[in-house]
Amino acid sequence: MDTQEKTPIIVVKDLAARFGNNIVFEGLNFQVYEGEVLVIVGASGCGKSTLLKIMIGLQKPYSGQVLYQGMDIVSAEEKELNQYRQNIGVLFQSSALFGSMTIRENIELPLQEYTDIDQATIDSIIRMKLGMVNLAGYENHQPSELSGGMKKRAGIARAIAMDPRVLFFDELSAGLDPVTAAELDDLIIKTEEALGTTMVIVTHELESIYKIAHRVLMLDKEAKGIIAEGKPLELKEQATDPRVRSFFLRQKPDTSDEQRFYVS
Amino acid sequence: MKTQKRKNCPEEYNISFIRKDLNLFVNLSGHFSLQNLMVFRSEINREIYKQKLESVTIDFSGVCYLDSAAALALVQIEKGAAHQNIQCRLINLNDKSKGIFSVIREDALIDLPSQLEKLQDGFMYNLIERRKLPASTEKTQDNFIFRLVERRGLPNQSGKYYKDFIWQIWQTSVQIAKDFAKFVTFIGELMVAFLYIIRHPKSLRGKDVLFYIRRAGVDGLPIVAMIGLLMGLIIAFMSFLQFKMVGANIYVPSLVSFAMIKELGPIMTAILVAGRSCSAFAAEIGTMMVNEEVDALHTMGFEPIRFLAVPKVIATVIVVPILTVYADLFGIVGGLIIGVTSLDLTLKTYVTQSMKTIQIFDIVTSIIKAAVFAGLISAIGCQRGFQVRSGAQDVGKFTTSAVVMAIFMIVVADSIFAIMFYYIK
Repeated sequence: MDTQEKTPIIVVKDLAARFGNNIVFEGLNFQVYEGEVLVIVGASGCGKSTLLKIMIGLQKPYSGQVLYQGMDIVSAEEKELNQYRQNIGVLFQSSALFGSMTIRENIELPLQEYTDIDQATIDSIIRMKLGMVNLAGYENHQPSELSGGMKKRAGIARAIAMDPRVLFFDELSAGLDPVTAAELDDLIIKTEEALGTTMVIVTHELESIYKIAHRVLMLDKEAKGIIAEGKPLELKEQATDPRVRSFFLRQKPDTSDEQRFYVS
Repeated sequence: MKTQKRKNCPEEYNISFIRKDLNLFVNLSGHFSLQNLMVFRSEINREIYKQKLESVTIDFSGVCYLDSAAALALVQIEKGAAHQNIQCRLINLNDKSKGIFSVIREDALIDLPSQLEKLQDGFMYNLIERRKLPASTEKTQDNFIFRLVERRGLPNQSGKYYKDFIWQIWQTSVQIAKDFAKFVTFIGELMVAFLYIIRHPKSLRGKDVLFYIRRAGVDGLPIVAMIGLLMGLIIAFMSFLQFKMVGANIYVPSLVSFAMIKELGPIMTAILVAGRSCSAFAAEIGTMMVNEEVDALHTMGFEPIRFLAVPKVIATVIVVPILTVYADLFGIVGGLIIGVTSLDLTLKTYVTQSMKTIQIFDIVTSIIKAAVFAGLISAIGCQRGFQVRSGAQDVGKFTTSAVVMAIFMIVVADSIFAIMFYYIK
């Protein structure tokens, strides 16, 4: 995808996050273009999840701006923020389905709250969304009755219930077997093609990254910011930064630390 | 596999020592593992420190089984000897043993002194005492034996504990103040949510309110009735024992109904609801926090307090006064059972006497108290639930703290009511 032709839907400007006195990242600048699948990668502790939480309005950054179509969600009033939230869908790492509700109730919740659609239409929408994620017929199941992969799919169905313009995924395939993870990737591609939704995904799975990402952002703990940005295959083949190379080639960086074993 | 290993290498070991001048040869044979680590380590150490030595050679040729913990113990023996300027060598290690030694990292050995301290008979300490600290130890405070001795002495410790004690009191006080501030903030947020619901009644989740009315109210009926009845029985019985001495049996019904309606009914019901529902609210919201469900609500544009706390608070405020009246009635019935069976009072006398005592004002205050207790209990339960950050331990911690704080607040509120109603009346 040629990002030059696309208009940015989210612009992150000079974003900094801290935990107490610890700087997680600072001076973060990037854009999310309409219709693209942006994957955020990086080692544990580099602030991927913090960045995602800031982008979905769950956490306030230390400084900086996150502009959604010109509106800064960092300084936005609750009312404006709610407007923004109706335009996004989020799939959490643990799927975060409401355990006390059936799958149907989980999906119909935002539809009932924010629209005046009649119940019969809502039911059809639920069936359609569940069909999209290959969970047709599971309307009346409780989340506890579903497997990990099915929960993720139900979570996606809930996230796309309102046909959001941007979808966020936290640790998309964490804890899933390779086959289920691959199914999820296909589902992402299918959803992106069908709905044209912009997606921001945090994941570690290299295979997923190659398959679904239009563009990759790599964060680094030491650099406290972005160390690479580009198409996944280009990064794999052309990156000169050893940190980026070692991530994409799945190699451990060389450090003398590893040779500290006691040898009699 | 395991049986085969046992057959080839029984779980026994043998250590033989040969002394030649200032050199010690230790021959290990058999099975060295976690199970016999403490015994063989102290056996070897005892032999090494018995007399002055220059070198120790540990021969592994007879070892048929060695696990990583035993290997670590042997490395510690070697390091300990080195600190005493005794040269130590491990020889005739087979490939498997070498492999095991290769996984021992230097940093696993850092806590050497504390390991030595734990030795069965504290021989190391005795040894140092006898030798009055070897010259090498005096040279450097870094030396582990020096640190070992230092740690065993306890001067200046009491001053430290005293400081710790004051510090802990300070920290706990700050924590309590912070908790209270958080609770007040939460009550404010709850009020805002209520105002929103008054303006937008449709946004109240009626289904949830009904669900919690059933949970906190209907499901609680049997236990509330049982406790109410027993309380009535106990008060009647205990007061009867006293009153019969002055022939004032006729006042037993008055005491029972007065005590139940004024104090015991509302307090007992509130404590029961705190135990049943306050804990349930805290655990439920806490688990939702852990499972990111509250975050999901946020991102879907739902205000979690409005969505999760308000239905619970409304349901509790509706059911607790009803449960209280129910408990009062059962208390009076309990007293009646004793009155009719043991006090020679007729049913009619008992009821008339009770009715004489009860005033509408008392019933109204009882219901008001119950409603306020209900508000406190449910708000505390929800607030503590929202404080959970991570993991099952947090859920347990905040659930316990919710119940403790709820009971405490019930008693505080009751004291305030006692004074307030005294002046109103």
